[in-house]
Amino acid sequence: MKVTITVNGTKYENDVEPRTLLVNYVRETLGLTGTNIGCDTSSCGACSLHIDGESAKSCTVLAVQADGCEVTTIEGIANGDTLHPMQQAFMDNHGLQCGYCTPGMVMASIGLLNENPNPTEEEVRIGLEGNLCRCTGYHNIVKSVLACANGNK
Amino acid sequence: MGGSILGTRVLRKEDPKFLTTGGIYVDDMRNEPLLKGALHVTYVRSSVAHGLINSIDGSDALQMPGVVAFFTGADLGLTPQPSAFNPAATRTLLATDKVRYVGEPVAIVVSETREQGEDAAEMVIVDYDVLPALIDLEESMASSVHLYEACGSNVVFDTTALGIPENTGDAYFADCEVVVKGRYLNQRVAPCPLEVRGAAAAWGADGRLVEWISTQHAQGAVGPIAAANGVDPSQVHIKTADVGGGFGAKIGTYPEEQLLGVIAKRVGKPVLWRETRSESMVALGHGRAQLQYITIGGTKQGKVTHYQLHAIQDSGAWVDMGTILAPFMTRPMSSGVYAIPHIECRTTSVVTNATPTVAYRGAGRPEATAAIERAMDMFAAEIGMDAAELRRINLIPKFMDPYTTVVGQTYDVGDYETSLDKTLLTADYAGWRKKQAERRASGSSKQIGIGVSIYVEITGGVGNGENAKVEITDDGRAIVYTGTSPHGQGHDTSWSMLVNAQTGIPIDKVELVWGDSDLVPVGTGTMGSRSLQQGGNAVYKVAGDLAELAKTVAARLLEANEADIVLDTDKGIFHVAGTPAVSKTWADLAVAEKGNGGLKHDEFVGVAGATFPFGAHVAIVEVDIETGKVVHLEHTACDDAGVVLNPMLLEGQIHGGVAQGAAQALFEEVRYDADGNPITSNLADYAFISAAEMPSVNVVHMETPTPMNLLGAKGIGESGTIGSTPALQSAVVDAVAHLGVRHIEMPCTAERVWLAIQAAK
Repeated sequence: MKVTITVNGTKYENDVEPRTLLVNYVRETLGLTGTNIGCDTSSCGACSLHIDGESAKSCTVLAVQADGCEVTTIEGIANGDTLHPMQQAFMDNHGLQCGYCTPGMVMASIGLLNENPNPTEEEVRIGLEGNLCRCTGYHNIVKSVLACANGNK
Repeated sequence: MGGSILGTRVLRKEDPKFLTTGGIYVDDMRNEPLLKGALHVTYVRSSVAHGLINSIDGSDALQMPGVVAFFTGADLGLTPQPSAFNPAATRTLLATDKVRYVGEPVAIVVSETREQGEDAAEMVIVDYDVLPALIDLEESMASSVHLYEACGSNVVFDTTALGIPENTGDAYFADCEVVVKGRYLNQRVAPCPLEVRGAAAAWGADGRLVEWISTQHAQGAVGPIAAANGVDPSQVHIKTADVGGGFGAKIGTYPEEQLLGVIAKRVGKPVLWRETRSESMVALGHGRAQLQYITIGGTKQGKVTHYQLHAIQDSGAWVDMGTILAPFMTRPMSSGVYAIPHIECRTTSVVTNATPTVAYRGAGRPEATAAIERAMDMFAAEIGMDAAELRRINLIPKFMDPYTTVVGQTYDVGDYETSLDKTLLTADYAGWRKKQAERRASGSSKQIGIGVSIYVEITGGVGNGENAKVEITDDGRAIVYTGTSPHGQGHDTSWSMLVNAQTGIPIDKVELVWGDSDLVPVGTGTMGSRSLQQGGNAVYKVAGDLAELAKTVAARLLEANEADIVLDTDKGIFHVAGTPAVSKTWADLAVAEKGNGGLKHDEFVGVAGATFPFGAHVAIVEVDIETGKVVHLEHTACDDAGVVLNPMLLEGQIHGGVAQGAAQALFEEVRYDADGNPITSNLADYAFISAAEMPSVNVVHMETPTPMNLLGAKGIGESGTIGSTPALQSAVVDAVAHLGVRHIEMPCTAERVWLAIQAAK
């Protein structure tokens, strides 16, 4: 099936199998490997990206469902050499270790602040429940998100 | 280290890549020329826990779209290979006659796309004669059905074979006023790195095999992969892409990785393999899985005099690394932080029809700590003493010279009481005890529990040093070759800091090379919290020696005496003492040494021995006694890792360790049904800990330097896990202790807590 999807500001037209997941479209068809796959049950959130500005797990969306949509991945949020405030907050607060959950975690965190610009620690923890990390114990991820929220004030 | 970069909070050099384009993991290598046109490998896995294979039929699979080849172990001519830990146990890399766990690889599909491979694997028909599944450890010990007939038993390793006597039983406690017994399961858990296993293999034009693996130890993979491919180790080149976590489970080389070169040769093309999470949950090694029979005895005043532990280790279905963790990690640490005059510890490792066990964050030491800490809690409850106080009166007093426990393990340095005091103070232990009393008096359904643990562990127990090379380029950069293998620990930043301190070369001009068996042929990888104290230590020494070497070159260029040459480590320049205006840069020296083979130094730097980090944890929980639900309210951790290189990285290791320890105490457990079918084989069924279930962690700093290496550093990778699990379990039990509960098995789920309360009524 033919799809037209704008990814990180560039419009792509591709033929995809109907069963192609959005995450596989982004990774395999477009070669944007920043978005990772960590499970097969939509549990881990490593594949989180934005569809029309909202955070989504791209393993739960078919590429054909994103037809006509604006998709943003981790590769699309920095402004040239200037990191997005959330990327900078993760760097400043050691919010990542092995880096595998990181792209999804950053995208989900941006989505979280879009919905709730001034979350409490508990709201951040609940908001990121669907994004798993095995390295950081979440401590510095939560700290990063709170720092970014405060920085935006 | 005044003025030095060492000990400061330096942000990670690694981060911009991970934060912008993401790391390049094995499955992301789109631009690797050797992998152009690579085919995909899918392993067909056993669907039964224990059975004899009658036939394997891949004919339908071969008809599926995109399928290029199908192989069984017989097709590949695989022969049985002995276990390194018990040579009587042998297996082929693909099961040929017998399967021993659900998930064991039995055949291979090679296809053009990964999806085609997954579809075709479903079409492979394997006919089994099902054998009884042995999942329960003690049932397996007693069974006449043997997983490996040549072993003559399902017991594959026992400390009695090392000349260590059997435990003497109850008679050992004849002189004790108080004796408490327990049978506790340190349950089986799944390591769950976020990146599952993956590898890629290609035969180069030079006839050598190049293989990329998501591993913690590239150099260790050379031998097994060469053997599986029937070539000399010199013909194998292992490379490591970015690795998305390991936690011990990616130390060894798995059959799926060993066979890729064989497959690539058969199909005449490079091959790629990446397992699914559901495969990973049953085929990546598991951790813990140790049943503990514990008896503790002493006086009514709280002096513990006797301790007996029989640890029965579940090896799973292969005699892998998990087998030897009980005898060589749990047993030596069985005394913990306590001066107990009489200890007996026997360990028995048993094969079962479950996924093989391997090292997992802590690897044998969390089990040792859990055993003695649970025993201490039981003893305190029995004599009605505060659990922290009982611990205090039994601690080994502060020692700055080596101390040897009655089980024969020598610790480097220790100050356990100070770590306890600091932790109790920061956690407001006394305040929480007051709150607990108030809650109990109020009759609230939400009760407070306070858990204390004190631990000592062994780090850098693997390897006796590490290899490092530092090479200066013509433009003044330092290329550092290290035998360690980072996968989240931040070695790029840390090793750059060490080089900067010795040379003055800015950290952004230091580049790290690792995980490549050609470029770094000697290396023990990253495991057992060894990296800084051995790998970092080597980089520090080699960079320092290189700076001395460079002074002779500078002396030549500046036409001065070597003794008069000074290296300004703020600026990274050499000059004659007193005349800084005339100087030479590292680049100048490197250019000058071009004709002499370059400016570099290479050395294997030994260490004096393993180190023994210690600390104390206090966990605070709230338990709803009507539902059994546990909420982890607060956690305070004091983990003394000696001299700290980068406190930010240290804290990160502690936070992550605490979460993994809390996960075992409260949530995670790998489970099987009676037929040996895994019932936690994906991340929807396995209770992987999330942000919503963790509090922020209060880190208490304490630095007791070790004399074992130049840096004074001990390991920190596993401490948080070791300290947190018993503190959490203890806290949950403590919350309902007033209802008559003495013990709750891990994970302390709502169901278990509720059942324990009902049973105590």
